[in-house]
Amino acid sequence: MSLFLIVALPFLGALLPGLLIQAGRQTCASATFMVTLAALIGLATHIPAVVDGQTITARAIWLPALGLNVNLFLDGLGLFFACLILGIGLLIIAYARAYLSERDNMGEFYSYLLLFQGAMVGIVLSDNILMLLVFWELTSLSSFLLIGYWKHLPEGRQGARMALTVTGMGGLAMIGGMLLLGQIAGSYDLTTILQNREAIQASPLYLPALILILLGCFTKSAQFPFHFWLPHAMAAPTPVSAYLHSATMVKAGIFLMARMWPVLAGTDAWFLIVTTAGLVTMVVAAIIALFKDDLKALLAFSTVSHLGLITMLLGIGTPYAAMAAVFHILNHATFKAALFMSAGIIDHEAGTRDIKRLGGLRKLMPVTFVIATLASLSMAGIPFFNGFLSKEMMLEEASHTVLFDSAWLVPVLATIGALFSAAYSFRYLGHTFLGAERDDYPSHPHDPGIGMWWPPAFLVALVMLIGVAPFLAEPTVRLVTQAVLGGAAEMPDAHLKIWHGFTPALYMSIIAVLGGLVLLALFRPLDKGWQTAGPPYAKAMFDGVIGGAVSVARFVTGRLHDGALTRYALIFTVTVVAVAYHAWATGAKSPPTHDLIPLGPMQLAGWLMLVIATGFLVYCHRNRLLALVLMGVIGLMVSIGFAYLSAPDLALTQLSVEVVTIILMLLALNFLPKQTPVESSWSRRIRDGVIALGAGTGAAALIYSILVRDFATTPISEYHLENSYAGGGGTNVVNVILVDFRGFDTFGEIIVLGIAALIIYAITEALLIGPTRARLAARKPDEPLAGDAHPLLMVVVTRVTMPVMLMVGIYIFLRGHNEPGGGFIAGLVVAIALVVQYMASGFAWADERQRYPYHTIIGAGVLVAGVTGIGSWFAGYPFLTSAFGYFRIPPFEEFELATAMGFDLGVFLAVVGAVMLSLESFSRLARRARKDRSEHAMDIDPSREERAEAGRGG
Amino acid sequence: MELLMASAIGVLTAAGVYLVLRLRTFPVIIGTSLLSYAVNVFLFASGRLVVNQPPILRDGVESYTDPLPQALVLTAIVISFGMTAVAVMVALAAYLSSNDDHVDDQPAGLGPSIRGDSDRGDG
Repeated sequence: MSLFLIVALPFLGALLPGLLIQAGRQTCASATFMVTLAALIGLATHIPAVVDGQTITARAIWLPALGLNVNLFLDGLGLFFACLILGIGLLIIAYARAYLSERDNMGEFYSYLLLFQGAMVGIVLSDNILMLLVFWELTSLSSFLLIGYWKHLPEGRQGARMALTVTGMGGLAMIGGMLLLGQIAGSYDLTTILQNREAIQASPLYLPALILILLGCFTKSAQFPFHFWLPHAMAAPTPVSAYLHSATMVKAGIFLMARMWPVLAGTDAWFLIVTTAGLVTMVVAAIIALFKDDLKALLAFSTVSHLGLITMLLGIGTPYAAMAAVFHILNHATFKAALFMSAGIIDHEAGTRDIKRLGGLRKLMPVTFVIATLASLSMAGIPFFNGFLSKEMMLEEASHTVLFDSAWLVPVLATIGALFSAAYSFRYLGHTFLGAERDDYPSHPHDPGIGMWWPPAFLVALVMLIGVAPFLAEPTVRLVTQAVLGGAAEMPDAHLKIWHGFTPALYMSIIAVLGGLVLLALFRPLDKGWQTAGPPYAKAMFDGVIGGAVSVARFVTGRLHDGALTRYALIFTVTVVAVAYHAWATGAKSPPTHDLIPLGPMQLAGWLMLVIATGFLVYCHRNRLLALVLMGVIGLMVSIGFAYLSAPDLALTQLSVEVVTIILMLLALNFLPKQTPVESSWSRRIRDGVIALGAGTGAAALIYSILVRDFATTPISEYHLENSYAGGGGTNVVNVILVDFRGFDTFGEIIVLGIAALIIYAITEALLIGPTRARLAARKPDEPLAGDAHPLLMVVVTRVTMPVMLMVGIYIFLRGHNEPGGGFIAGLVVAIALVVQYMASGFAWADERQRYPYHTIIGAGVLVAGVTGIGSWFAGYPFLTSAFGYFRIPPFEEFELATAMGFDLGVFLAVVGAVMLSLESFSRLARRARKDRSEHAMDIDPSREERAEAGRGG
Repeated sequence: MELLMASAIGVLTAAGVYLVLRLRTFPVIIGTSLLSYAVNVFLFASGRLVVNQPPILRDGVESYTDPLPQALVLTAIVISFGMTAVAVMVALAAYLSSNDDHVDDQPAGLGPSIRGDSDRGDG
């Protein structure tokens, strides 16, 4: 099976559980199981080749310019980890089927689990470190989902957040480290990097890269001082803890250290950092683990401790230590997953996992007792169990490791670690299963069905098998060790066996086991002392740091983003003007070349009207109605300017938009105060005036300097002018650009317009329910209503002119392709024709006669435009390519039909719909609020109380 | 003529910016409308000012004004209507639900109704 497929299978399979959960829980679990099994079998097909010493690769070019390619490779190390991930994954899937209760959403669980599995397999098979980073982050994300799977538990959410924060930050550091590494090696391909040991270690960037990568590894593998997230992640369901936090995810950091071992290991920096971190983690976590009462917390800290052990071995840097590390990865995965599952069984059946409430379960749960006993004895390091073998190798290596010029530091600390490890293993066993049977268990403990105990039993069988016959595991361990060493060091001439003779390691081991028993005997007084001494609690520190970061962020945001929108506008304007001025002052300017248009009295008159209207508008903007009138004047002058300066389409558009804008603003003003009060001080007004003048001068200077110069290059529109008739079949180039050359752009714009209208509609609807409705209903008009709301003359005139106006609209639409006009303008004209009816005869009258809802018209417009565009696909052209032809139907003259007209029809409909829906919404606000029907059982008008308050206050 | 055009854009921009910096929603909306005039005319003028050469193809006519800025501005005018309408609606909704048409967040402690009613008092 291709490596691509092996990595892709879990990701693709992640879709299945969510879908198949409808078909039942058994189907869902079976599908998940089959997906994993398929990937495992696919992997197994490569085993003979890898054992032969080959490296399987699969390569696909993705983004070669960035050095990011989908390169996968499979060697001994990758195979070992992939087998662990998929193999233990199978057991976990089976176990979770029995573990999850009816209330848990099993499909969601298995989907997350498969996502995680795929990400892990991706990490161990990646040949490209950028790909590896992607998978690395995916494990962080998917484990976040898994830890927080029980969303209703605050511990779950907090634990998930903490895990994501810590591993995510480590991931960020690692991205930096990996990029540095890729820079040094000149390639992001792992196989290339692994062959550049000398160049990388000689580089000045080696140390930063090493530290950053180790940060990623240490956070992921919960090494001191980042160990604290792992115990909190235990809020996850036990299958997750067993899978992520014993066998796989936490091993990702270990995997990467092993993977990078040939290039990064062997230097002083590596030895000091990695060995120290591992040693400290091993001892500290082992001590804490002993005093944890929660079974899963005990196992979590023991996991941290064992990860420390493996890290230390990798740090030591000798081939023998690497071999011991590989062996311990295997052993730890087997016994720890089994232990977690047994803890889950106890929790499931006894209703608690608090050691202080347990004890004496030996007779009640015999099967679980056997499984837990065998696994915990292995963890304690008792001979004939696999944990003993790798621990012996560790102690052997520790006994001649010199750290900080001290020959006894590592051996003593390693023995202490092993001693506590034995002690908590004995405690797990003794305080849970041994002792007197109790009668106050939260529920009635008994052995679970076989579905729940066969996965740990299988693992325990492995534990025993390797423990009794270590030579069976030796080929695997040697193969993987070979891959870890990667030719950077000679393969050690050592064999896995139980009896090594009377070595220092044996004595250390004996001390550890006996000391462990003594510690357990003295547990009660020790526990009392531990609880009173109260070592620092990492979660409080973490929460403190997070809280501090949040308050700093809040402070900064509060200062920058204080809700004063005018201040933002001020800062924005000043910045733009300043930056533009800088460019202006420092840039080079070419001499003016363009011929100016001579000035005449008419232009001057138009200019004067515009400037006076604007000045007057600013002067008396407080009178809002007057301001609107003056705005109309300005708009009119702008349209006349367009008409004069060879832009008839723009003039028509501006004119009709002006009408609907003013009507809209008038409708809104109906509800708003008619006056703007004087609030800003003189100094503020002068300041704003200066800024405004600066902005105005800048805009004027900029456009003037553009106007007096010719185009720097030939404008794009040369092409449009040349091809408008030949290619687009129209002589109005502006319209051809809109519906043809830039049709896609226009298509987007009518959609935006439609969305704007829908927003207005939605806000209106929101206002018409809830307290605003009552306020609107109780509102008294500022101006007395006119006696003849619908004057006869106006009604008659609008009735008569309506067909004429519609005719004009249709005419403008039809001629648009060749003469000024088109869908936009026609839409606006027709909208005005309709609005006039509303104005003359009132909303209700017009609304009754309006048969098609405006939403539908907008939708139809977008649809017509889109379908026209899609039509060109059938002719084999890209979206919105137009076709046209000339037809003659006697007795008419020859006329043209273009598909662009269909598109323009869409534009027309969308514009009519959008304008009408906006205006209609505003008038509905006035109309609907006055309805007598009460929508709520208790309709309270909030403004009544406010008026009373205002009366007292004023 | 170019000078008139440039100064008109400048005047519209200045008036728009001044009104945008006011404290109530209505002048700010008027200000943004003035700014859209200014920007639309600016874009249009970047095609250079040409008299009596509309971009309507005619036999025997050789020179036309630049049609591209016109096409861009045409849609911009229609879109700015949509934008103004949404801004007006938001302002209106804010006013109707809190009886306050200030642009800036108001410091706590001042009841909205007192300020709302004073709108009608002074001028």
